[in-house]
Amino acid sequence: MISFIPYASFQFFTLIAFLLAPIIILGLMGMRNTLYNDCVAILMTFLIFAAQPEQLISILLFIIWQAVLIKGYLAIRTKNNNSACFYIAIVLAIIPLFLVKLSADVPALNFIGFLGISYVSFKSIQMIMDIRDGLLKEIPLIQYFRFIVFFPTISSGPIDRYRRFREDTSKIPTSVEYRTLLYQGLNKIFLGFLYKYIIGYLIHKYWMGSPMLLPDTLSSIWLYMYGYSMYLFFDFAGYSNFAIGVSYLMGVRTPENFNKPFISRNIKDFWNRWHMTLSFWFRDYIYMRFVYTAVKKKWLKNRYLISDIGLTLNFLVMGFWHGFMLQYIIYGIYHATAFILFDKFERFNKKHPFWPKDNKWMHALSVVITFHVICFSFLIFSGRLDFLWQR
Amino acid sequence: MAEVTQDFKDKVLTILAEVCESDEIKKNPDLQLFDEGLLDSFATISLVVEFEQQLEISVPISDFNREEWATPNMIVNQLAERK
Repeated sequence: MISFIPYASFQFFTLIAFLLAPIIILGLMGMRNTLYNDCVAILMTFLIFAAQPEQLISILLFIIWQAVLIKGYLAIRTKNNNSACFYIAIVLAIIPLFLVKLSADVPALNFIGFLGISYVSFKSIQMIMDIRDGLLKEIPLIQYFRFIVFFPTISSGPIDRYRRFREDTSKIPTSVEYRTLLYQGLNKIFLGFLYKYIIGYLIHKYWMGSPMLLPDTLSSIWLYMYGYSMYLFFDFAGYSNFAIGVSYLMGVRTPENFNKPFISRNIKDFWNRWHMTLSFWFRDYIYMRFVYTAVKKKWLKNRYLISDIGLTLNFLVMGFWHGFMLQYIIYGIYHATAFILFDKFERFNKKHPFWPKDNKWMHALSVVITFHVICFSFLIFSGRLDFLWQR
Repeated sequence: MAEVTQDFKDKVLTILAEVCESDEIKKNPDLQLFDEGLLDSFATISLVVEFEQQLEISVPISDFNREEWATPNMIVNQLAERK
């Protein structure tokens, strides 16, 4: 069976060009055929996973499981706002993802899971949170399916928000609006080719793959660090451009994932520019929710301490989410530490200014320091340093 | 759009100025709070808690997005609609 992993093969691009043609023609006339779009969604979901039947079964079970949870929790929530029900719903929504992450260590669980489960899980968890907040009063099943299996972003995001997505799918762009979407979408897709299949590929092959970087010496690890960081960016930003571009062609403005992350002034700035849909998801649904609950229920007097605990929780969960492996956990702790230290620095600088903000030299220095802090975190993430603790 | 009284506006701006530790807010109600670094996630939470306690208006934090709550004026209007 031919594999149709999103944006990974020539066949995939040919297939979507073929399937999207009617959508584009209708779009240019200011029209949309919802039935056709839904058929494409079903067909694509099938084709993406069909090469591995166990993945196809996993995703079908997963979708049903989450639909039951969301519908069930919505029904309970309309009657009462019981916290215990909310937490149970969240735990049940996380269980499939947790088991899949655990399967890396427990071979018996290997049969479950599918490409993109972590991204799809984020979508259903945020829906449960929005139901809890009273922001979602009704969720038609068909809307839920469209959101969950939106094929352009199914494998690795960007992670959209249900309420934003619903607006895009319920509104048909005019012919003029669609022409702009088409232009921007195609532009992004070609940028994706440049990033992922030219720049990313070359860096991977000639820089990271250089035999000079093989020995475990400081200089070769140092050079590998820069190469890997660049590769990570171009590969993932390239993928994101494909996913966003194809979304645009379908009339959906999937949010951006990257905004020139390597010119960040500080670590806080960085997390507003790097893998944005993930970091904003964590910010809104983990950090802010935790801090809000802790402040309101007065768990601790010191709000800064609450924030620090929130940040630790935030990045630790992010680390575990990448996988239950030491390199990812250390990566999470590293970012939490950097963020907390920067917070302290910023507060101190507000009271006793010593690091001028408007000076362009200081700005450049901040960018260089931040760049290295980030690259080092990617070096940990890459697993290149694993030999340090595996010996 | 909901009606906004001067009294209500003053109250909101006072809370904002306190949380952001800046009086600039009262002078320039179209200031981009997040871009200027006056508000961040942490300050947002203090803000939401203060609105709840002082104005008795509750805003779910996932509803407080940075596009629709970007400036003091926008915040005043958003709150007025939820009164």
